[in-house]
Amino acid sequence: MSEASYPDGLYYNEEHDWARVDGDVATFGITWYAQDSLGEVVFFAPSEVGATVERGGEYGELESTKAVSQLIAPLSGEVTETNDALDGSENTVNDDPYGEGWLVKVRMSDPSELDSLMDAAAYSSYVGSL
Amino acid sequence: MKLIYERSQAGRRASSVPDPGLEPGAAIPEHLQRSQPPRLPELAEPELVRHFTELSTRNFGIDTGFYPLGSCTMKYNPRVNERLVGMPGFRDLHPYQDDEDAQGALELMWRLQEILAEVVGLRAVTLQPAAGSQGELTGLTLISAYFKDRGEHEQRREIVIPDTAHGTNPASVTMAGYTVRKVNVDERGNIDVDDLREKVGPQTAGLMLTNPSTLGLFEERIEEVAAIFHDAGALLYYDGANLNAVCGISRPGDMGFDVLHFNLHKTFSQPHGGGGPGAGSVAVRDILEPYLPTPVVVRDGEGFRLDHDRPKSIGRVRGFGGPFGVFVRAYAFIRSWGPGLRDMSEIAVLNANYMLALLKDDYELPYDRHCMHEFVVSARGLKREYGATALDVAKRLMDYGFHPPTVYFPLVVPEALMIEPTETEAKETLDAFCEAMLAIVGEAASDPDLLKSAPHTRPVARLDEAGAAKRMVVRHRFDD
Repeated sequence: MSEASYPDGLYYNEEHDWARVDGDVATFGITWYAQDSLGEVVFFAPSEVGATVERGGEYGELESTKAVSQLIAPLSGEVTETNDALDGSENTVNDDPYGEGWLVKVRMSDPSELDSLMDAAAYSSYVGSL
Repeated sequence: MKLIYERSQAGRRASSVPDPGLEPGAAIPEHLQRSQPPRLPELAEPELVRHFTELSTRNFGIDTGFYPLGSCTMKYNPRVNERLVGMPGFRDLHPYQDDEDAQGALELMWRLQEILAEVVGLRAVTLQPAAGSQGELTGLTLISAYFKDRGEHEQRREIVIPDTAHGTNPASVTMAGYTVRKVNVDERGNIDVDDLREKVGPQTAGLMLTNPSTLGLFEERIEEVAAIFHDAGALLYYDGANLNAVCGISRPGDMGFDVLHFNLHKTFSQPHGGGGPGAGSVAVRDILEPYLPTPVVVRDGEGFRLDHDRPKSIGRVRGFGGPFGVFVRAYAFIRSWGPGLRDMSEIAVLNANYMLALLKDDYELPYDRHCMHEFVVSARGLKREYGATALDVAKRLMDYGFHPPTVYFPLVVPEALMIEPTETEAKETLDAFCEAMLAIVGEAASDPDLLKSAPHTRPVARLDEAGAAKRMVVRHRFDD
């Protein structure tokens, strides 16, 4: 994906992670800005299924040719699934950050946390200010 | 250029001497002997020499050009060091030699320990660690031994690290069994002291800090920072990667640090970065001295010996005495400067500030302060305006004959270019590098593809960095 894009309907944090909510399950991934800054992703180490993640805490690591980056959870909950299809084709995170490049699924423990996250318009202007 | 395996022709030999008629391997038990000789490339001697000579022309090092790799201190390595390290008494020394037969070597190690302790204002030094990263692990193990001795080990589980730290710091902390607690930097590039106060307490074992930081900035409130840790009963660790900025000017021990590692190969010259072994010597305040690795080189009357009798020692961290050749070079380097060692740091800082002044109008400067021995500028403007990144600038610099600076580090600066000239470069070199940096800004505007497809004049163009990281091949073989 070569052009910047921040889809509506997702929730964003300042650490450039997004969340897509479906019932009480949220899918996490990184934004276009994050994957563009990181460069080609070569390694993904998520928190294990069953692990508890806290908003603002780590839910895994992404490594690119430039850096190792901690992934910061936009929401709290329990990890129910990780994207194992990325193993060996980590660059999917670059090619399709909002689709096939998703990272983990989390059963939310406190949906009211959604109120503290940005929508696409707010996140776009936040990225523009960086 | 062909691989040496591709140049191989069956039966070719680099040299042939008469068969001595000895039974091979008579001293080696039969079950340990090879059944077949190893399959090696077969070449005549001139072919072999030409192969490696050609290969060497593809290399880039401090002897071929300017190498401003930030936080790596790629300084010129004086040739006199090589002459001294090649003296038979040093060169032919055996690690199992008795102390009395190695007095000169032990004296050199002892003198180096004394000098290093004085340079940083601490009490005692171990020369054992083989590299900066091992020095970090050794220093943290000393902190751990100290708190175990005081019965505070279970309580103190956290080490505080600012987000400008070298990547090795959090790795060493984790390896030493501690948890990393990150602290932010403020808008001047200093540790955010308010943030720090909230993160230091009875659970804190210590701080790990590089000063000047990887932003090339001196921590302006270091004494206040030190007091916060000492008041909480915690210790301060100094990452000596940037010691080249402060020798003879300010001493980490006086700033309040309790333990540090040197990178002898950076600050005190030594071919490194793929060119030779490093040395991560560690210095400590008196409270940590009992825990130093054994053996310790001590003066005993008129002579010198290895002291193994340290009951509280954490033990050995490396085989034998450490990377001895590095000690000789570091000692020679320091003694060459003599009392003028301060000049070394002052010139390094002056050179960096000179370059910063030339570049700051055309590259973004994240923290507008005088720098120390290195500085960080950002290519963020070029990326926004023309789509040219720090990586593109770095690759294009190779076409101008320069080694690229460190890029994308520290992580707090987007599109970072971290430049460290060291004291050993002439003004003409600094000027030429800055002219290239400015010319590249012009190229980014007029022909951004020139940057994106650089380098154009090197043996290889853009490498597949993702492929190299994921499918690393570090060994060649015969095709068949």
